[in-house]
Parts: sequence; C-alpha cells; structure tokens
Amino acid sequence: MAEQASTQTAEQPGKKPILPVFKLEPKPHLVGVKCSACGAVFLDTKRLACSKCGATGPFHEVQLSDKGKVWVFSVIHQSFPGVKTPYVTAIIDLPEGVSVKSNLVDVDPLELQKNPGKAFGMAVELVANVVSKDRQGNEVVAFQFRPSAN
Amino acid sequence: MRNVYVLGTGMIRFGRYPDKSVPELGAEAALIALKDASVAIKDVELFACGNLYQANAMVGQRILQQVGQTGIPVINVSNACATGSTAFREAYMAVASGMYDVTMAVGVEQMGKQGLLGGGGGGSDPAYSTEGRVGSGLMPAVFGQAGMEHMRKYGTTLEHFAKISVKSHKHATKNPFSQYQNEVTLEDVMNARVVAFPNTLYMCCPTGDGAAAAILVSEDKLKQFAGGRKRARVAASVLTSDPYTDRDLTLPDVSTLTRRAVQKAYETAGLGPKDVSLTELHDCFATAELVHYENLGLCGDGEAGKFIDEGGGKHPDLGGKAPVNVSGGLLSKGHPLGATGVANICEVVWHLTGDDRAKQRQVPNAKVGMAHVIGLGSACTIHLLTV
Repeated sequence: MAEQASTQTAEQPGKKPILPVFKLEPKPHLVGVKCSACGAVFLDTKRLACSKCGATGPFHEVQLSDKGKVWVFSVIHQSFPGVKTPYVTAIIDLPEGVSVKSNLVDVDPLELQKNPGKAFGMAVELVANVVSKDRQGNEVVAFQFRPSAN
Repeated sequence: MRNVYVLGTGMIRFGRYPDKSVPELGAEAALIALKDASVAIKDVELFACGNLYQANAMVGQRILQQVGQTGIPVINVSNACATGSTAFREAYMAVASGMYDVTMAVGVEQMGKQGLLGGGGGGSDPAYSTEGRVGSGLMPAVFGQAGMEHMRKYGTTLEHFAKISVKSHKHATKNPFSQYQNEVTLEDVMNARVVAFPNTLYMCCPTGDGAAAAILVSEDKLKQFAGGRKRARVAASVLTSDPYTDRDLTLPDVSTLTRRAVQKAYETAGLGPKDVSLTELHDCFATAELVHYENLGLCGDGEAGKFIDEGGGKHPDLGGKAPVNVSGGLLSKGHPLGATGVANICEVVWHLTGDDRAKQRQVPNAKVGMAHVIGLGSACTIHLLTV
C-alpha cells in the first residue's frame, strides 16, 4: 500500500482514459471480453458470467478493432449544461460482434439530419480526443469516431 | 389462477403539484378508487405502491398513514417507467394466486420540472462524465435512435413520427385528466425545435406529477361489492425483462421484450391483435409509439408508416381504426413515471365499462383493451383487460 501511495504522489499529471475499456497504450484502443463458451463479446474489462449463454467463463480479453460501421445515430440538440450541441451520438458496430456508443465527430450534424441515409452503414474509425481535465490535472481522453475511407 | 377483476379506479389529472407531497397525491388517487369500488380501506388486504424517485422512502406506508393504517402487507415497487404497472401486477398476482381477495395498487410520482432523464456517469469527478463525450445515454437519444432504426430498415420519414404527435394531441383535447389538452398541427410538430433527431419537442413526453389507483378483487368479492355494475377482468398480466440481443447493452432494445410480452399476453387471454378495441401504449416519444405498432401486432413489420397514413391509431370518431392512446398518451396526458402504468389501465377500464370519466372520448363497443408499458433498463408489462 505504502509503495502504491508513493508511486501515486510521484506521478505527474498525464492522460487518463474516460472509461476502463479504453486503453491509451501502445496506441488508443478499446478492449472487450469474449465468452469462451458462446463467443459473445462484451465491451467490458471483466465479467462474472455471460449474459448471452449463462456460462461462467473463462473470459478472454480481446483488443477491439479501431474501425467499424455506423448502425444508427441521433442528432442531439438538448443536453446537460456544458455539452456543446448539436452533436451526433451513434451506435457503431465493430467487426468483433460488439457495438459501441459514442460521438460521431468530423461530420456536419445538420447535414446528417437532412440526409440520414448518408450515415447508415458509414465506415468510421476510432479517434482519441481530450474532452476535459480532472481534479489532479490529468487530461481525460475519450474514444470517439470519425468517418474513414473504408 | 383465479379470475381477477378491477373493481374501482382513481386518477388525478396529471400536471404539476408543487404544493403537495407524494403520499398526498397517492392518497388522493387511492381514495377515489376506494369510493369508485364502494369498498373501505379496511376491506383491502394488500397494497402495492409504485413510485420511483422516493423508492427508498416507504411511499406505500406513508399513503396508508393518510388513508388508513390497517396493518396490511405493503409492497413498494420500483421498475423504471414500468413501476406502476408492476405494482398493479403485484396486486393482481396476490388475488390470482388465491392468497388475497381485495388488493390495491397505486402508482404515484412527483417529478417537478426536472430535465432530461438518464445519462450521467463519471462518479465523483465530472471530468469523467460520459454524457455528450462518448455518445448520449439520455432517453431522447435512446428513443431517437429507436426511430432511426425504423427509418434505416423501412424508409420511415420524419412526417410519420410527427403525425403520431398530431394524433395524440388531438385525442388529449377530449381528456380532462391530461396534462396538456392542446392541439398541434403537422407544421407545429415538424418545425418545433429538435430535442434528439428525429424527435422534436412535441414528439417528447413532458415531465410532471400524478397518481392513479386500482382496486382488484376475486370473483366472489366482485359479486359482493360490484352491485351489478360492469367491471373489467384482467385477462392477462405479463412482465418481461430484456433478453440478450446483439446491441441491447449499447442501445436498449425496446422491441424484443415487448414482442415476447404481448405474445404471451395474447396466448394467455386466447386473444389476438384483431380483438383489441383500444390500446394504451408507452409513447414516451413519438418514435416509440411507431415501433410499438409493429411490436404489439397492430400492423405488420415494416408497415407502421402505412398504418399511420391510413388512419391507424386514430380514434374512430376521427375516422381512424385500431385506436391507440385515446387518452392523449404520454405525449399529452403526461408521464409521471410511477403513475403511468396504473393510469393507462384506468383509461382502458373506463372505455370497457362505459365509465363517465371517458365519456367524451369513449371508444364505441370496447370489449378488449391493452395497456403496454416499457421501463428502460429494461422491463415491459402488458395487461389485457376484457368485459
């Protein structure tokens, strides 16, 4: 414990992921856990059992692809104080069979509202964006998605 | 299981009651229901109370402290938006099982003018809040995307969703219990500010306060207390949770659990969608109502747009068929979370029994009514009532 505490105090502010499923090193990526019984993949770091088949594991950590396809989205015009609107929230299907929710950036929200079909099935890639600074001065990094070539 | 009947109902107009407490609102509805049933609180053997925002505060007991402390078992129920209907189901099961003959369910909520529901996260440091940074977990986003799925699969348009709002607002003008009783035009709805595309302001239900109550009885007690008055029977009471589906953990799947629930309800009651005279379904957003037309079997898969264009869901007085949310629905009537599930059963019962409280909007010759509720997270209840 003492060793941990001293490590923490010595630590300089740096970058921290917004959620535990998001890893910044060696390059930003999402992780999931895969059920060895049925193959279901969950956007999670650990599980007690599989909600698809009920097996209690073992579960294996898998690195998730940084490319996916937009399933659906919504353009958000009203949100919590401090959240800039309009922005696009989207459900992204990853090739591992798991879906992820995040902001779709580098798109024109109002244009997508006019032509929703443009976003359905759109190829996107993960991008790591700093979204805030925590109380210790660390930059908080979020996973978001932007249009990609394929 | 024994036959169970709704002997009495009570509801206060949904709206804003900043000067009243949650137990007071619940007690008002309970007292109306007791009077309607012609029973006294001493006749009630079990009480299930649905409330969400004071779920840790013994709302049921506090209602009895105003209505009559008879020492009966009280169950406080919390099940998201399906809170009230789950409480009703507890009261139903208590009679159906044979353990009790007279039970009461109350759903009550006081939300005030709070804003958007859901979302958040981030623990104690708001720097880690995910809302608006890794997408939106707020209800408008969830149901916006549910509508977008339908758009993607079937080419449904913004106008289809907007027409639902116009229809339900029109219905609400005939319901004195409705929080809002104003008409809106298609232009009003389509040009209103967008909350979460495709839902505009008038396609989102309001927050509010309200309460509703029901007294349930066995067949013997019906004979004793009903005095020949027409009363509805609970032909099916079903509760489901969200089964595993591919994207459910990312985008709550409101369809699969509804489909399972309604299938079981139809089987239990020996009825089908064609038998249903009126439906009160969970239109927290216009997009939700559209997908539930298909989920509940009111039209075929992919046909909801066509169903709307052909007057589906409209009151027969307006030239419609398969009327849905003649009360005005959550969009107009309001959605005080815990009260909703009991209130929509009240509405259905009133049409089936020719109750004066539905006089201005009576669905002609109503024999079978359906009440559907979804609580996100997720829970679905279906109640089929018959006369």
